[in-house]
Amino acid sequence: MAERTRDLLLRSIIERNPIALLVLGICSALAVTSQLITAAVMFVCVTLVVAFSSLTISIVRHQIPSSVRIGIQITVIATLVILVDQVLRAFYFDLSKQLSIYVGLIITNCIVMGRAEGFAMSNPPIDSFLDGIGNGLGYGFVLMFVAAVRELFGAGTFFGMEVLPLTTNGGWYLRNGFLVLPVSAFFLIALLIWFLRTIDPVQQEER
Amino acid sequence: MAEESPLKPFYSVLVLAFVCSALVAGAAVGLRPFQEANRQLDQKKNILRAAGLLRPGVPVAEQFAQVDTRLVELSSGRLVPREVLAPEDYNQLKAAFSPDLGRPLERDEDLARLSRLEKYSLVYLVGGSQGLEQIILPVRGKGLWSTMFAYVALDGDGSTIRGISFYAHGETPGLGGEVENQRWQQSWQGKQVYGPEQRVRFRLVKGGAGTGPDQAPYEVDGLSGATMTSVGVNELMRFWFGEHGFQPFLERLHAKGGSNG
Repeated sequence: MAERTRDLLLRSIIERNPIALLVLGICSALAVTSQLITAAVMFVCVTLVVAFSSLTISIVRHQIPSSVRIGIQITVIATLVILVDQVLRAFYFDLSKQLSIYVGLIITNCIVMGRAEGFAMSNPPIDSFLDGIGNGLGYGFVLMFVAAVRELFGAGTFFGMEVLPLTTNGGWYLRNGFLVLPVSAFFLIALLIWFLRTIDPVQQEER
Repeated sequence: MAEESPLKPFYSVLVLAFVCSALVAGAAVGLRPFQEANRQLDQKKNILRAAGLLRPGVPVAEQFAQVDTRLVELSSGRLVPREVLAPEDYNQLKAAFSPDLGRPLERDEDLARLSRLEKYSLVYLVGGSQGLEQIILPVRGKGLWSTMFAYVALDGDGSTIRGISFYAHGETPGLGGEVENQRWQQSWQGKQVYGPEQRVRFRLVKGGAGTGPDQAPYEVDGLSGATMTSVGVNELMRFWFGEHGFQPFLERLHAKGGSNG
């Protein structure tokens, strides 16, 4: 059991990373990674939503008629996302302003739906919950990596602290304007996928 | 999978919809007081920030005590007595869309593309017995995608900009979204809204502000890569400091030599 728990939690970080291997959830990985702090909040929110949506769906999985299962999954997910959004607005107002529409977009994050349909529908609740946490961690790992590179070289800061003083603020570092744009995340994720598939060739697709 | 009764999907969806809507409604109603408090705190913070009075670490409510919140009738520029309409209960955006507190704007006067304008606007006055030090005015207008909201803080003379704070918008992050940029907002400080002929001369200039004596006091660098947002900012300044906006109010203040009656 301990073995399985560990496996469910950690497998999704490197071996079966939802972004790097399954290439899900790219949209939000582009949108919220210009700063580490927003990426971190997104990471926590998505992890909570995946874990609890998988748990809920797994508990009622025998009651869900297969003809309307997708609709039911999306309703459960949407409800959880709205709850997260409301809580953020009530207690972390500044953060919720920064994340703005992206919290709402967790509903359409393919990872959440993918885990609900692909894992929670056919596995017991505890496993599904752990699988949700694991996938959240995998998602967060990629998000934090991309955000760290983009914030450090794009804005010269790390979690908002100045590391490389920018020329526009009287320092010496000329910031990389490309990394400020969401497109740069595509290249960073591609490099990361390349790296992961080189050190772990099992992930490579067959030609 | 076992044989399903054809009605089962109906029941399941009904039960689910009921449970989920109860949860969402419960959260929305239960958390509203917190959210409302946050929104008001944020507004006060932005007013203080525009005026350059925001000190970190001091409770915002305490700092806001120096600000006098009043209502102004836009067409005449007169301050509205508190007994007639209390500023605390006034919702400016709602007023614009109510039939008796707002009016539709004609196409040619609607520079900021608001479609409706309220009769009364909130204004925030800072000053002691020596007269008015700062006037903070709420402005809004359409950019490329969204309505942008800001506070403009003016000097007691009614023309020199002390600060600006865009606090809500939905422009493209990194391009038009740079209206939030603190450094760019700082470049507004000390600029004049009105030229000597009492017309709005303030504007953002694509490619960079001019340096001549006719330009430097009125011009600020446009936002690069965000032409439509910059145009939107120009138009909202022209609108809100023009005859349908705060110009009558500012002229009255000026005529009275800065006392706010």
